[in-house]
Formats: sequence, structure tokens, C-alpha cells
Amino acid sequence: MTQLTALGKSPAARTARRGPRRSRRAIALNLVAVVIGLAVWTLLATIGVQGLPGPLEVAAKAGELIADGTLLTDTLASLRRVLIGFLLGTLLAIPVGFLMGWYATARGLLEPYVQFFRTIPPLAIIPLAIVLLGIGEVPKVFVIFLASFLSSVVSTFQGVVDVDRTLINAARVLGASDRTIFLKVVVPASTPFILVGMRVGLGSAWGTLVAAELIAAQEGLGFRMQQAQLYYDLSTIFVGLIAIGVLGLLMDRLLLLAERRLTNWQERR
Amino acid sequence: MNAKISFRDVVKTYPMKEGTFTALDHVSLDIADREFVTVVGPSGCGKSTLLSMAAGLVEPTSGAVLVDGAPVGGPGPDRGVIFQQYALFPWLSVRKNVEFGLRLMNLPAEERRRRAGRAIELVGLADFADALPKTLSGGMKQRCAIARAYAVDPQVLLMDEPFGALDALTRVQLQDQLLDTWSQEQRTVMFITHDVDEAVYLARRVIVMAARPGRLHKVIDVDLPYPRTEEMRLSPEFGRIRNEVWHAVYHQAPAVPAA
Ligand SMILES: Nc1ncnc2c1ncn2[C@@H]1O[C@H](COP(=O)(O)OP(=O)(O)OP(=O)(O)O)[C@@H](O)[C@H]1O
Ligand SMILES: [Mg+2]
Repeated sequence: MTQLTALGKSPAARTARRGPRRSRRAIALNLVAVVIGLAVWTLLATIGVQGLPGPLEVAAKAGELIADGTLLTDTLASLRRVLIGFLLGTLLAIPVGFLMGWYATARGLLEPYVQFFRTIPPLAIIPLAIVLLGIGEVPKVFVIFLASFLSSVVSTFQGVVDVDRTLINAARVLGASDRTIFLKVVVPASTPFILVGMRVGLGSAWGTLVAAELIAAQEGLGFRMQQAQLYYDLSTIFVGLIAIGVLGLLMDRLLLLAERRLTNWQERR
Repeated sequence: MNAKISFRDVVKTYPMKEGTFTALDHVSLDIADREFVTVVGPSGCGKSTLLSMAAGLVEPTSGAVLVDGAPVGGPGPDRGVIFQQYALFPWLSVRKNVEFGLRLMNLPAEERRRRAGRAIELVGLADFADALPKTLSGGMKQRCAIARAYAVDPQVLLMDEPFGALDALTRVQLQDQLLDTWSQEQRTVMFITHDVDEAVYLARRVIVMAARPGRLHKVIDVDLPYPRTEEMRLSPEFGRIRNEVWHAVYHQAPAVPAA
């Protein structure tokens, strides 16, 4: 348990500190940073690095890929893999995490596996997954599933373990059964942890996806970049990178929004 | 005899790195049905531990804790507890917190709302019924915890420094309210406090404890009639008892070294 605690690194603590609403000034600074970045990029492309496409070239390429539908197809293929793997992983992780946190027996039985697989980067599973599961959709989804499962399970477990004992006692003295305590105290109290775990899980799922698609895929953002690499098509690689970044950011923001909605009862310091 | 709560030769030890730590050392105490006792003593003398045993949250290492003559098997809604650390559910509004115990009693919604409303009214939180605990001050949180315990109307109230975070005025108001409801509904109350005045004002008996090891030091009777009044606080008799309690708490003989 101590080891898991160290690995879990109290997810609530990470989100506990959140600044006030971002000021106009901060947004303006962000914009300035983006403009400067684009300028440097243009400069490097025009005078510096050989073969590096400038922002305009990349934008043109993006337009092309959008127009012929490639970008949409690839994005949907990638998103589908991530969402299926992520949802399955999270759906399994939450009950397993609760079991581990609530029953010492379940913890004892499951912890060695969770511990062990956590130390293996999900990408390292890819060769095994391909050999065992073939080169279709299954191994890719499986690896994503594993990545999101492992990060969610640990934070859910941690959330259950960290539920304030006095809250459980307060429910018990009011006559709550174990079942009620679980549903009405443990579940809500660990929600912040679960949501943080989901965010970490989604991040690691997204990261795993691209690598999974670099190997044996027919469509997807990772596959498209791999193809482009064969033809020295740097613009397409850039479009792929930007698409991955933007989608990752969007999904993260969405979860963050959900998290704030669901856990706005938390005292933040 | 009809003790509501009785502690029989209760010992509580906690294992330490080396040996054990004795939190309570052979405590025997009977609290009569419908009695109001207060418990005072230096920090760490085992007041909360004693109360938690009556609540059924902590088991004695040896000895027995009986409620209505039967050994305490666990917590139950017949004994309401107000915790030193408020223990409000932070995701529930004040009203939902207060309704928590009422929901478990499967009361009809209307009755539930009525009783919760009355308890919230009693502690003066009516304007904050829909507020989340994070928006309340320490004293308001404490009042919410009090309302939550009052709402289920338990036979026994176990209160762990319930008025500790309150301002002087609210504190006096809630003391009088507590005495009112206690005399009307004839509950048994075990009330921990650090405030000697409060201990004397509320109780029929003040239990003074000593630390290291935690044990009973002295039991002081308060021979003042109920209802207690503001004038009584200024009476010589009140002053005499307060001095006695004060002396017992703050001028304790050095502890016998633990065996
Ligand atoms: N779970 C525990 N493990 C080890 N020691 C404990 C535990 N719970 C309580 N103690 C010890 O038992 C002693 C009595 O604790 P308790 O909380 O009952 O004191 P208290 O009289 O309520 O103090 P205070 O007035 O500060 O609230 C303390 O010295 C405390 O350190
Ligand atoms: Mg205490």
C-alpha cells in the first residue's frame, strides 16, 4: 500500500491549487506567445532549417487534407480507438479501484498485478499485443485500454483509501449501513480522485494511441504521419502533430470542465 | 440501578513503536438515564476516546461499555454524536447534511423536510440551508453538525466540544437551547468541553479527567436546580463550584508513572 501511495502521488493535491479565472492580461500574453512562435517558425523555415515547411505551407496542407476528407477519417479513426479503449479501461478501473480500496482481501490479491503492470510502459506491450491479438483494431484498443485502466485504477483506489475516517464515522453514527456508507460517502468523497485519474488516463491513452498507430494501421493520425515520413512529407507530419495536440487539449479541457462541475464542493486552498 | 451509559473498568491502549500507550486507565463511570454530564480535562486525557466508546466507534482494550445494560456493539442512531471536527459531508448542502440521518430512517419526505427545517432553524442557519459547507465559517459548520445530530432526535447525545468554535453570544444561546431541549425531551447528554464555565452551567455532574495516563480524576456534583439561569452564573454557589472544577483541572497532582 505504501508503494501504491507513492506512485499515486495524491492526485487531489495536484489539482488542489487552481488559480482564479484567467485574466485578460494572461490571455493577451498567450496570444502574443503564439504570434511570436509562428514568427520564429516562419523565420526558421525561410532562412534556416532545410525542408522545414512554414506555417502557411502547413495551413495549405491542412486545407487540402480537410478538403479530401483524409483528416476527418484519420481523426475519427483515432478518436474511436481512444474512446473505446479509454471508456472500457475506466469502466473497469472504477469498480476494481473501489474493491481494492474497500476490501483488504481484494487489495492483497490485485495489488501485485496493478503494481507490476504500472511499471511497464503500455507501449512496451505493443509487440506482445500484436503477436497475441493480431494487427487489427483489437491490439491497439487493448493497449489504450490498459494505459487508461492502470492510471484510473490507482487513483480510484487511492481516493477510497483516503476518505476521511470521521466522515465514515459520522455516517455510521447516523445509522448508515456499509452499503449506504459506500454509496453516499465513499463514492462522492473519492470522485475528485477518480476524475483526476481519468484525466491522467486519457492523457496516457492518447499518447499510447499514436505509437500504436505507427505500427500496422490503415488509417488514423499516427498512421498518416508514418506514411508521410516515407515521402518526406513534413507538412502532413506537422498537420498530424497539431491535430493530435489540439484534440488532446480539447479532451483534457472537457474532462477538466466535468471535474469542476462535479467537485465544486471541494475546499480549495 | 438504571445507568444509561456505563463504563466498567475501561482500559484503552494503543500500540506504540516500543510498548503501548495507555489512553484510558481503568475508567469506571455511570451516567444515569436523562442525566447531563460534562467532561473536562487537559488535552489528550482521553475525553474523545471515552465518548467514541459510548458511540460504538472505538472498542475498549479491556473492560466493558454498556448502554441500557447491554454491551455496545457498534454505532446506532439512538446515540447522536457531534464530532470535534464537525465531520460535515462537504458535497452536501446544510439541509442535505441535516437530512442525512433522517433519510436513513425512511421518513416521508414531508416529515423529513419539516424536522430538518426545525433543526436548522434552531441553530440559526435557516438563511444558509442551501449553502455548501465550504462557504460556512467554523462556527456555522459546528452549528450544522449540531443540527444534524438534533434532527434524528436520539435518546443519547454525545457531544465532543460542540460549542468550541462559536462566538460567546451564540455559545450562550445554544447552551440555553440545549438545556431547553434536554429538559423537555429528557435525553441523556455526555458533553465534552474545555470551558469550565460551560461545564458547570450545563451539567448535573462534572467529570474531571487527568492525563498520562488518561483517567478519572474527580467527579464534582453541581447542586444547582434546573432550569439554569443567567443569574445563577453570577451566584456565589456557581462561583464556588467553578473554582473547584478549575482547581481540579489545572492543579492536578502529578501523574503516577504508568506501570
Ligand atoms: N488511533 C490512535 N492511535 C494512537 N494514539 C491515539 C489514537 N487515538 C487517540 N490516541 C491518543 O490517546 C490520547 C487521548 O486522545 P483523545 O483524543 O481521547 O484526547 P482528548 O482528551 O479528546 O484531547 P483533546 O482535548 O485535545 O481533544 C491522546 O494522547 C492521543 O494521542
Ligand atoms: Mg478530543
